[in-house]
Amino acid sequence: MHVIDRRRNPQGRSLGNRQRFIRRAREQIREAINDALRERSVEDVAPGADVVISSDGIHEPRFARDRTAGRREHVLPGNREYMEGDRIPKPQGGVDGAGSRASDHGEGEDEFAFTLTREEFLDLFFEDLELPDLVKRKFKAEKSPRPQRAGFSISGAPNRLNLVRTMRRSLARRVALGRPSEQVLDQLGRELAALRHGAIGPGDGRSSAARVAEIEEALERAERKRARIPFIDPVDLRYNRFEHVPKPVAQAVMFCLMDVSASMDEAMKDLAKRFFMLLHLFLDRRYEHIEVVFMRHTNRAEEVDEDTFFYGRETGGTVVSSALNEMLRLITARYPTRDWNIYVAQASDGDDIPSDVPRCLELLGERVLPVCQYMAYIEIGRQGRAPAAQDGSDLWNGYIRLVPGHANFVMRAVAEARDIYPVFRGLFSRERSET
Amino acid sequence: MSTCIASRLLYDGADWDFDKLRRTYDAIERIAVEELGLDLYRNQIEVITAEQMLDAYAGIGMPVMYRHWSFGKRFAQNEMLYRKGLRGLALEMVINSDPSICYVMEENTMTMQATVLAHAAMGHNHFFKTNQAYRSRTDASAILDYLAFARSFVARCEERHGAKAVERVLDAAHSLGEQGVDRFGRRERPQLGKERDRAARRLEEARTDYNDLWRTLPGRKPQPDVDLDEEAARQSLGLPEENLLYFLEKHAPRLKEWERELLRIVRNLSSYFEPQRQTKVMNEGCACWCHYRIMGLLHERGLIDDGAMLEFLHLHSSVIFQPDFDDRRFGGINPYALGFAMMRDIERICTEPSEEDSAWFSGIAGNGRPLETLRAAWSDFRDESFIRQYLSPRLIREFHLFKVDDDGDQPELRVDAIHNESGYKRIRRAVATAHDPAIDLPCIEVVDVDMHGDRRLMLQHVVREGRVLDALETRRVLRHTATLWGYPVVLREVDSDTGREFAEHDASAAG
Repeated sequence: MHVIDRRRNPQGRSLGNRQRFIRRAREQIREAINDALRERSVEDVAPGADVVISSDGIHEPRFARDRTAGRREHVLPGNREYMEGDRIPKPQGGVDGAGSRASDHGEGEDEFAFTLTREEFLDLFFEDLELPDLVKRKFKAEKSPRPQRAGFSISGAPNRLNLVRTMRRSLARRVALGRPSEQVLDQLGRELAALRHGAIGPGDGRSSAARVAEIEEALERAERKRARIPFIDPVDLRYNRFEHVPKPVAQAVMFCLMDVSASMDEAMKDLAKRFFMLLHLFLDRRYEHIEVVFMRHTNRAEEVDEDTFFYGRETGGTVVSSALNEMLRLITARYPTRDWNIYVAQASDGDDIPSDVPRCLELLGERVLPVCQYMAYIEIGRQGRAPAAQDGSDLWNGYIRLVPGHANFVMRAVAEARDIYPVFRGLFSRERSET
Repeated sequence: MSTCIASRLLYDGADWDFDKLRRTYDAIERIAVEELGLDLYRNQIEVITAEQMLDAYAGIGMPVMYRHWSFGKRFAQNEMLYRKGLRGLALEMVINSDPSICYVMEENTMTMQATVLAHAAMGHNHFFKTNQAYRSRTDASAILDYLAFARSFVARCEERHGAKAVERVLDAAHSLGEQGVDRFGRRERPQLGKERDRAARRLEEARTDYNDLWRTLPGRKPQPDVDLDEEAARQSLGLPEENLLYFLEKHAPRLKEWERELLRIVRNLSSYFEPQRQTKVMNEGCACWCHYRIMGLLHERGLIDDGAMLEFLHLHSSVIFQPDFDDRRFGGINPYALGFAMMRDIERICTEPSEEDSAWFSGIAGNGRPLETLRAAWSDFRDESFIRQYLSPRLIREFHLFKVDDDGDQPELRVDAIHNESGYKRIRRAVATAHDPAIDLPCIEVVDVDMHGDRRLMLQHVVREGRVLDALETRRVLRHTATLWGYPVVLREVDSDTGREFAEHDASAAG
């Protein structure tokens, strides 16, 4: 009997099966995710999700009998009052077989529930989305460097032992030093045994005893030599060597601009937050390193932390250009455009003092858009009215003039929470970036 | 440790370690082999985690398995149920192979481990090795190698022909898995060890093989006697054929060689599992009887303490618990309960028979050799014949079994027999029939191929007692079948006695 401890074996042996399963059920899972999104906020969903999908594509049919037709017999345990010939009204769902069937395959035939991991969820969530105009790569020192093969060394950890190299050197040494091989010993041993049994005699007419003595001596010599020259000597050992090479890392900074003047109420801020959240999740998956700068503005702009950004209260007028100016200052100071991919997301209800709009256009067109990878402007409609249906806010009417000349600038209008995801997909979908 | 030796205890406390495991195993094996006379494959005990147990569940209990989405589906489902606490995991899992592999979970207490060893490594192991259904159908020494071959073959096919194409064939083959078995044991058991060489040789043979179905050129001579010719052709196809997978593998005209090999893999695995379908009650009964007997002996001899014995009894009684039919927990007759009760009953009949037993079981009643009788039963029977032979009136009374007839057209069920003198035989017959996969599963055969027309494959379901197939499911399976066959497929449902046709389902190959 052997006892084998398998607990340390690599986990996730069925990963391949799981990937096949998810590929198979992709359409249904995506539908389920979209449904789930309508009701939940992004934060809830992100850590992984229970999804319930219809079992259309993943049903495994078998020849099975119709449970209601024909004559069947059941034998059941636990009779208390029935006598032969009694008649019992049929229970709902049949007896015996039907009952057990339903509990065996818990999910029934129509729905199938399971849990997606965070990674799987986000993969599906952002499937087909692509970042436009990606990637300036840069060496970033604090990022942990990756190991890279770099020849062989004479010392190292046992798990890095290079068997081929080691055996090659061992073989060369054994040949050079003339270490007798197993076969030679075998052959001598066999001859010795045969001589002793008298099965063969020496070919050259000498006596058997002389030959035996000769072979015994040869055997002994060979054994001694084998003991002196080891099969593998420490000088043979070669290990794989790795060097740590810093790899270029793509890094990005994401500016979230939001108008927090009095005209933006809680619900509108909430919509903006959802959009920023999605953008952050998305960028997070595409870049190894990402920084987020929250910048709110009224008639003047300031950089704040996340909490203040979403929940802080401030009132005042609205001067959008103040935020753009502040952002440009930060870019020059902290995020040189040579090293950073810059994304800008602006959310606003579209209010701006009319005299500020031309200034904004100038800033955007000449200074912001040329240096940033992508800028999305989200206009949030008040109380569920679609802003596009309005006759256009000051900012919308101004910004729309920039769209034709700048491929990296998009604007969308959002009125309700469930618009967020479609709008987001619209912004980043592959088709858009192809056209 | 010193207390253990002084008091002869194999272990004390709940924690297990490898030393205790080995010591306990040795004691258990000594009892099993020397006193109970069990015949065992070598054992290989593997300690695994809960996640690995879920893995094993997903791969239908096999340590190596080819990749398919349905296993991923099963894993996802089990994982969900397990994480939410809706379902516990089995304490063990044992594989019919040589050496026999027995998984034990790391979460188990030492008493559970001991029970598992007595149950799986002794009981199941003996049953696998000696039972006639296993001996005649499965090749325990080669199954692990065969699975490894299957896994790499499927992976190679995926590489060469794309995962989609492989999935298409496997999906279809899985849907016919239950129809991929020779129920009546016509062909000799597969020599899994030689399958690999076979796979290579088949490719060569198939090229030179001649099959009337494959001929696409019109015949040069007009057919002189159509009937005779068709009869001969039908015979060369071996019709009628109950093993649909076998038939498709050999005769489907449009399958490529690798696709045939995939069908063969599914068919071989299906027949490997067939004995387990046929002997569920006996297999579990044998294992439960062994663990009960062995743990009892260990306790009697002071090798385990009272605490361990109590824990064991608790575990044992929950395993062999049979809820009544109107209980919420009821899910059919529990094979553990029925099997264990029958083994104990046989033991009792051999040693202290009542008058009734002497009348019903004159062959074994009071023969005083319970072990021998049990071992003989374990080796020669399968569930259906075992129950037909050994289910005693006393057990029928203990279980309060009753038989109800359910006529699809009637609004009411009728109680046909209860546990009384006139009912025993009928109940026993019905329980036996319910445990026969050949009757429990629908009987579907290939009856004909339309060789002059559109090459339609004709299947027939022999309907007994008006129990027709579920139309929706049948259409789904037939679609899969048509994918393999490459031409339309028809299934007729025909009554076994009157020949009356109930329904006809058809499907044609997509694309």
